[in-house]
Amino acid sequence: MAKEYVVEVKDLKKYFPIKSGILQRTVGHVRAVDGVSFNIERGKTFGLVGESGCGKTTVGRSILHLTPPTSGEVKISGNNISGLKKKELRPLRPKMQMIFQDPFSSLDPRMPVGEIIGEAVKEHNLVPKSEYRDYILKVMKDCGLRPYYIDRYPHEFSGGQRQRICIARALALNPDFIVCDEPVSALDVSIQAQIINLMKDLQEERKLTYLFISHDLSVVEHISDVIGVMYLGTMMETGSKEEIFKEPLHPYTKALFSAVPIADPDVKMKRIILQGDIPSPAKPPEGCKFHTRCTQCMERCKKEAPVPRDMGNGHVVACHLYD
Amino acid sequence: MKQYIIKRLLISILVLFGVSILLYSIAQMVPGDYVTNITSGNPNITAEMVEQMREAYGLDTGPVEGYFNWLSKAIRGDFGTSFVYQRPVTEIILDYMPPTLALAGIAMVLELLIAIPLGILAARKQYSVTDYTIVAIAIMGISLPTFFFAAVLKRIFAVGLGILPISGMVDARMDYEGFALFLDLARHFVLPIAVFVITGVGSYLRYVRTNMLEVLNADYVRTARAKGLPERKVIGKHAFRNTLIPIVTLVGGMIPGLFSGAVITEGLFAIEGLGNIALNAVYAGDIPYLMGFNMFIAALTLLGTLVSDILYAVVDPRVRY
Repeated sequence: MAKEYVVEVKDLKKYFPIKSGILQRTVGHVRAVDGVSFNIERGKTFGLVGESGCGKTTVGRSILHLTPPTSGEVKISGNNISGLKKKELRPLRPKMQMIFQDPFSSLDPRMPVGEIIGEAVKEHNLVPKSEYRDYILKVMKDCGLRPYYIDRYPHEFSGGQRQRICIARALALNPDFIVCDEPVSALDVSIQAQIINLMKDLQEERKLTYLFISHDLSVVEHISDVIGVMYLGTMMETGSKEEIFKEPLHPYTKALFSAVPIADPDVKMKRIILQGDIPSPAKPPEGCKFHTRCTQCMERCKKEAPVPRDMGNGHVVACHLYD
Repeated sequence: MKQYIIKRLLISILVLFGVSILLYSIAQMVPGDYVTNITSGNPNITAEMVEQMREAYGLDTGPVEGYFNWLSKAIRGDFGTSFVYQRPVTEIILDYMPPTLALAGIAMVLELLIAIPLGILAARKQYSVTDYTIVAIAIMGISLPTFFFAAVLKRIFAVGLGILPISGMVDARMDYEGFALFLDLARHFVLPIAVFVITGVGSYLRYVRTNMLEVLNADYVRTARAKGLPERKVIGKHAFRNTLIPIVTLVGGMIPGLFSGAVITEGLFAIEGLGNIALNAVYAGDIPYLMGFNMFIAALTLLGTLVSDILYAVVDPRVRY
């Protein structure tokens, strides 16, 4: 049986213009996302990892066209949404939802919880009016929110509860696909586990597909099926969680994963410490973007950008070491 | 809530005491009192007569005694008799309030009606030509000196084109009644209101723009878009309602301005309102009127802040007293 992809992203690019001078002429571009491609199967979670500023969040927002991508193709449940006008996108919105990092700023402080969750349900006429309230209460219950919260305002809740509201809000629209942009990094560790488990349970029940953006590798390991590693706007390596964690191929992935602490004092960790800083995405290095900091840099890496290669089992790496 | 308001009102009374002490000291410190002002240069007046007049006006006591004399009457609601007008201060304030209220009231409503939509527009199109044009005009308005701008408008519309009256409130040569009188008044108010609005709207506009920008960048606005709401609802329901919270403070602060904001403009256009009288009272050293008027404004200022604090609780569910 052919795999069913809910999300197909092809050569996604997002460049932000840099303007300067009195006339505000464009003098360059910040290449936040520079040609990223990946697919996500139905019911699976794709974990997107990388350092701050590598373009993870921009990938998430560009896929949903919350910030329109510069170029590239995005298909959600088979619908090609790139190039659609805002108005044409609107009816498709319920199928693709987003959960933001900061549960304190992503809820409108002037709206009671019930309305936050139900506003778009009404807008898109997803349930008949007579069932509306019961529907909202059911979604709230599914997300571990008590029914009497329905008339409360967001400021009356803690961070974890607020994130539950955000999840309920997204779920109420019955989406296929949810972009989770660091959904737990603003929460306490104990709450993080609750929220992650809630997300996993909901995924199983409703066959949800997640794009899970995070910089926390242990969280990503827990929830993801497939992992993508980004550096400076480019996907360096993708593969199943097991492969990436057991046998990372790309030197950057190796360095990144060597930083994961192991809960065993007898195991000696071999940290790979990278030298230097991340280059500016406005002026990325020629050739392989990672070559300025790579421990195994070759002459060729400085001139020629590596092409992603499938190493078997869907483990794809963009590195000249494996040519 | 009730308790909070009562507490605030009691504090306000204390504040008003402090304000009255300050105001009285300033009024007394101004060199040359009312009697000196009206008698100086008149060779027929002897020093004895001056003394008698001082006594009659209650200016012969020191500032401390003078203040307590004023206070003991003011507490009972008697703000004294204006030196210049020879009428009770409260009566003057009530009599001359309508033109001031009309001028400042209309102007402020217009300011809000212009500032809010343009501020929102500028924020939505940040860094575009529209935004830069709106902000540039706003800053020009803020920077224009009132007296200069009034003179320019008078030169163009009253002297040059001759379509609007140069100053005053009614045409003295005509004896209009009813609707014709209203039209005549309206014509006289066009230029003062224009000056008021154009020089004042800029700061409100920039305030709305800044607040709107902040809200537009909030995640809940992004969420609203991700929900697939039409842009009209994203802006109107989520963004604007949250911008409204800081604007409410602004409106509370505008209340005292309704009565005092027009001092200069009223003077320039010879509008017989509270501001114009206050200006003349400063020149003349009319202490009872100045005290009465300033205390009135001080009370309104305190009331304005109280009103905006209460409105806060109305528009923002996070605020409860």
